[in-house]
Amino acid sequence: MAMPDAISFLLNGELRRIERPAPERTVLDHLRLVERRTGTKEGCAEGDCGACTVVLGERSGDAVSYRAVNSCILFTTELDGKLLLTVEGLRDADGGLHPAQRALVEHHGSQCGYCTPGFVMTLFALHHAPEMTDEDSIHQALSGNLCRCTGYRPILAAARSVAGVGDDRFARMARELLGRLDGLRRAPGMATVIDGEYGRYDAPESLAALDRLLTAHPGAHLLAGGTDLGLLVTKQHRALGHVISLNRIPELSRIEASADALIVGAAANYTDILPRLENDWPSFAALIRRLGSWQIRNLGTMGGNVANASPIGDSPPALLALGAEAIIRSAGGERVLPLERFFLAYRRTALDAGEYLRALRIPRPAAGDFFRTYKVSKRFEQDISAVCGAFFLRFDDAGRVTLARIAYGGMAATPKRAVGAEAALAGRRFDAAAVDAAIAALADDFTPIDDFRASATYRRHVAGNLLRRALMERTAPETPTGVLAL
Amino acid sequence: MNDMPKGGVRQALRHDSAVKHVTGEAQYIDDMPELPGTLHAWLATSTKAHARILRMDLSAALALPGVAAIVTARDIPGRNDIAPILKGEPVLADGVVEHVGHPFAAVAAETMETARRAASLIEVEYEELPPILSIEQAIAEQAFVSRVLTMQRGDWREGLRQARHRRTGQLEIGGQDHFYLESQVALAIPQEDGDMLVHSSTQHPTEVQHGVATLLGLANNAVTVECRRMGGGFGGKESQATIIAGIAALLARRSSRPVKLRLVRDDDMIVTGKRHDFLIRYEVGFDDEGRIEAIDMELAARCGNVADLSPAVLTRALCHMDNCYFLPAVRARGLPCRTNTVSNTAFRGFGGPQGMLAIEAVIGTIAHALGRPADQVRAANYYGGAGRDVTPYGQRIRDNLIPRITREIAAQADYERRRREIDAFNATSPVIRKGLALFPLKFGISFNLPTLNQAGALVHVYTDGSVHLNHGGTEMGQGLFTKVAQVVAEVFRIDIDHIKVSAASTAKVPNTSATAASSGSDLNGMAAMQAAQTIKNRMISFAAEHFGVLPEQVEFAANRIIVGNRTLAFGELAHLAWANRISLSATGFYRTPEIHFDLERMQGEPFYYFTYGACVAEAAIDTLTGESRILRADILQDCGSSLNPAIDMGQIEGGFVQGMGWLTCEELVWDATGALRTHAPSTYKIPVSRDLPPVFNVRILEDAPNRAATVFRSKGIGEPPLMLAIATWLAIRDAVASVGGHRHAPPLDAPATPERILMAVEALRKGAG
Ligand SMILES: Cc1cc2nc3c(=O)[nH]c(=O)nc-3n(C[C@H](O)[C@H](O)[C@H](O)COP(=O)(O)OP(=O)(O)OC[C@H]3O[C@@H](n4cnc5c(N)ncnc54)[C@H](O)[C@@H]3O)c2cc1C
Ligand code: FES
Ligand code: FES
Repeated sequence: MAMPDAISFLLNGELRRIERPAPERTVLDHLRLVERRTGTKEGCAEGDCGACTVVLGERSGDAVSYRAVNSCILFTTELDGKLLLTVEGLRDADGGLHPAQRALVEHHGSQCGYCTPGFVMTLFALHHAPEMTDEDSIHQALSGNLCRCTGYRPILAAARSVAGVGDDRFARMARELLGRLDGLRRAPGMATVIDGEYGRYDAPESLAALDRLLTAHPGAHLLAGGTDLGLLVTKQHRALGHVISLNRIPELSRIEASADALIVGAAANYTDILPRLENDWPSFAALIRRLGSWQIRNLGTMGGNVANASPIGDSPPALLALGAEAIIRSAGGERVLPLERFFLAYRRTALDAGEYLRALRIPRPAAGDFFRTYKVSKRFEQDISAVCGAFFLRFDDAGRVTLARIAYGGMAATPKRAVGAEAALAGRRFDAAAVDAAIAALADDFTPIDDFRASATYRRHVAGNLLRRALMERTAPETPTGVLAL
Repeated sequence: MNDMPKGGVRQALRHDSAVKHVTGEAQYIDDMPELPGTLHAWLATSTKAHARILRMDLSAALALPGVAAIVTARDIPGRNDIAPILKGEPVLADGVVEHVGHPFAAVAAETMETARRAASLIEVEYEELPPILSIEQAIAEQAFVSRVLTMQRGDWREGLRQARHRRTGQLEIGGQDHFYLESQVALAIPQEDGDMLVHSSTQHPTEVQHGVATLLGLANNAVTVECRRMGGGFGGKESQATIIAGIAALLARRSSRPVKLRLVRDDDMIVTGKRHDFLIRYEVGFDDEGRIEAIDMELAARCGNVADLSPAVLTRALCHMDNCYFLPAVRARGLPCRTNTVSNTAFRGFGGPQGMLAIEAVIGTIAHALGRPADQVRAANYYGGAGRDVTPYGQRIRDNLIPRITREIAAQADYERRRREIDAFNATSPVIRKGLALFPLKFGISFNLPTLNQAGALVHVYTDGSVHLNHGGTEMGQGLFTKVAQVVAEVFRIDIDHIKVSAASTAKVPNTSATAASSGSDLNGMAAMQAAQTIKNRMISFAAEHFGVLPEQVEFAANRIIVGNRTLAFGELAHLAWANRISLSATGFYRTPEIHFDLERMQGEPFYYFTYGACVAEAAIDTLTGESRILRADILQDCGSSLNPAIDMGQIEGGFVQGMGWLTCEELVWDATGALRTHAPSTYKIPVSRDLPPVFNVRILEDAPNRAATVFRSKGIGEPPLMLAIATWLAIRDAVASVGGHRHAPPLDAPATPERILMAVEALRKGAG
């Protein structure tokens, strides 16, 4: 079987081939150091400032979808078969500015200009996002781009003027671009294997192939969105050695709904998950919209979030409270594990060597189910939780709690259920007295730590108060809770 | 024909690099094409807050393939001193490291990655020494980086004793990282004769020049420093740029190759200084109306391991602890605390913000003590009226705009009605509380040190009428190049497209001051105006003589010159003047008149004028989590007669949001070992678009030409708007105070993070319960 050891992509429309790329070479470094396209800037190398934002184009049905991503933590291998757009590639042939560029100029949207190429690319993606024209969506779109000079007002004005317009020259040449993207497709069975001096990279195309690879190389790093893995490279300066990408296995990106559950493929990214989640669990969807930034959600996956097993990951508390299960797979077959048995210790999971997360199974709501999840951080957008709480309650006809699942992030070494608090609520009406009892029980459920995000005292206090917030939203839904909605 | 040249003063022109910004063509230092052989550098920095270096072993680092040079303090050919004000501040630690992140060596290698690895291979053996990690500890040990400053007026002791009411208070004010998007960077290129050319992302090319010359043991004329643009500065690239440029130059000298040192974000935040955090303690005496009779305030600043610009920062803090309020008897002491943390430095406002926040806390204390609205207390204390118009440092206020601005902002923001609405809302809202505050601001413009208030410019007119402009100011995004070009366009009455502004360079305009203190356009605009005027005068005399008319009959109209009844294009006259051997090049020089200041006594008239402004902010807090949000802000800002309303608007909005970050979400956290734990955007949160108040009305004060004879009667605008954000902190505090029925002063420090807000709410609940 032919095994290509190069990747191909279109850089601003021009064909590029990289022979044996190092598996951890970032797109940003490639652009700046190899291509010498210096329009794309480095502001942080950790996905948090957006100065490095580029846009990936790929086929989505009959159209090209454009997504803003952070080039600083994206590996070049993941460009294979895609269109990479950078700030240098937006002008017309006659030098005319793209509408996103023009809007920023006209609204005085740049001062020092260092953040500007990143904003241009985000605005380009926004221009091609017909569903994102309201104010809230525009803030979501800009959440991954920092500007220290302008205070954002002019950038917001520019963003409003281009959001969802989608009538640029790229729209006009969609057909041609699709043709060229299709031309980059590998023949079926041409799995990518790069075995170069800097390490090895595999991009298997089926679960079976992945099973085999992982059996042979249990120590390889699995790569989904890379928004956690990328940081090992850019912040901890680790050479990854062997990377296996999950991004070419269709089953892993699939999101399926059965009558009683959503099955979210482990490599499905948040942007794709969101519309499906919105239907079933709007509070969860609202939380995910505060996970990372637009760029991060375009790459990051819930599977990666769970597998990464950070105590401050945002989806685990909600998944725990909803009673989600991990579908774990290896060459030996599949097993299903309730999520609370997945997190063993600080960043340790129940995955054995050769096993991987295939999907998450999230139960769908039954009539009357009450669910809320809340994140508390120093900044609303793109910040890591100091505390994240999730509350699932089911009631009998008399309004007594028949099932309580409460889980927190940021309160222990793993995302964790609050068993004591759950017990305190069970069988009671959900009222102030019950909540007080549950809060008292939280003291035994958790011993949080002090760190730069918050003190233990604050974490404990807020963990309890989030339960009070849930109570208010249940009993006095018209009373405003939370300042974001004001 | 339209008689307005395109791009004169008062026009809302866009930034001169706007198109280059959006296309990625604007070149920053890290984008410059690299010369063959260019090396990349990395710093080796201390992991200890305070330690003696017993042994340093470079052998493993030197042995790494690709490593070209390593420098330590011992390898410095000149003097290891880059102190901007005092003396004895080494660029590379010599024997003793004084904070975590203190550079003690630097590596140059073929790639940045190799340099980084090599730096990590340098072996160091430390003997730990006791560190000073907090302001309190420094005060207890009387550890200061420079002398304690005292500003006094009247008999403050007696005033306090006799006052009807007296209160004491304390406030912690957090620091702030600049978080310019472009981290610090320099590219040093060895020249013939051992000279050095340095491209430095700096607000102060002259200081970098002096620093590099000192380190290399060269005369100043052997070092040229250039900067076309920075990706943001905010004060962080004033003195700190010398560290980066100095080390790059040392490595370039040692390797005889070009060396680029670009700090990655974490290193930038760990190695370079920030806004000083302050600990404020005060005692204030006041009457029944809340009128201040005497105040004694101690302003203690965390300066870090060396003085750097701290004495000047403290001076400005003292000169702004009055804000808009007349303090009849006052003692203010500035304590420059020496700590084993990174040396803090200039940051937009330069101590002013901390001084102002301090006095605003005092106003709040008085208001709560008397059970009066803070606005009434403010009104009782505003400057104005006989005998109440002199600042504690002895400057008479001649341009008082406080009454006008506070009146107009209250109307603009519908203040009274909203005050009532918010009180009504709070009366029934169980979880969410709202707060409102009106904050007025007065900010002194000029460097406190009179010497620094000077600038130079160089203007050439070419024979086709195109103009080359150079001045001592640097472009960091604030639009200075655009504004100064507008001034020159106005003088020559030509379209601004005919003017090119080139990189700031020590070879073109020497002995410059930092682009700082909101004085960039005041100083450089005037110098450029003068240079242009010199050439224009020559052109006028020449034209008069050449065409046999009176000088008064030579008129510069838009892009053309009317000489008697003849009309020439600007270029035609330039060509003719050249043909007749008239010089079309001139330097300009400006120094601010009238100012004087005695740094010893802290008395004088250091400011040429004051810039005023006001902000009304509305905040909401969640009393369950402490989360807060600014719902609305109304701003009225004095810009004199604005040189460019679009650019000034950008300064106002951007400064405000930056100030909001300082007072809300931006928190610097050091751990018990003295290491900074928030050293990247993942952990240090500056505002994003969502944080902008959903209702944000910004106006520039109209019809308010500067009383002082500044360039076209404009005012400096770089710093003042940052302090407008004090209104947001006050509004949050007001919301917190509502929990205790406004009867107790909320124990709220800055920044008002969710945690601080919640803890203040809880304290009030306990106190009230
Ligand atoms: C700027 C920024 C902001 C962020 N903000 C947030 C936030 O607000 N909240 C939050 O929770 N997280 C946040 N994160 C972390 C990260 O984005 C999430 O954890 C994300 O869900 C990770 O998904 P990924 O697909 O990118 O994971 P990857 O980086 O691809 O993988 C993460 C880890 O999981 C392993 N892995 C991935 N898939 C599998 C699998 N199927 N089976 C077994 N192992 C697997 C990988 O080997 C790796 O060790 C942020 C990250 C960045 C860079
Ligand atoms: S460089 Fe900051 S997000 Fe990539
Ligand atoms: S324009 Fe300077 S950071 Fe945005």
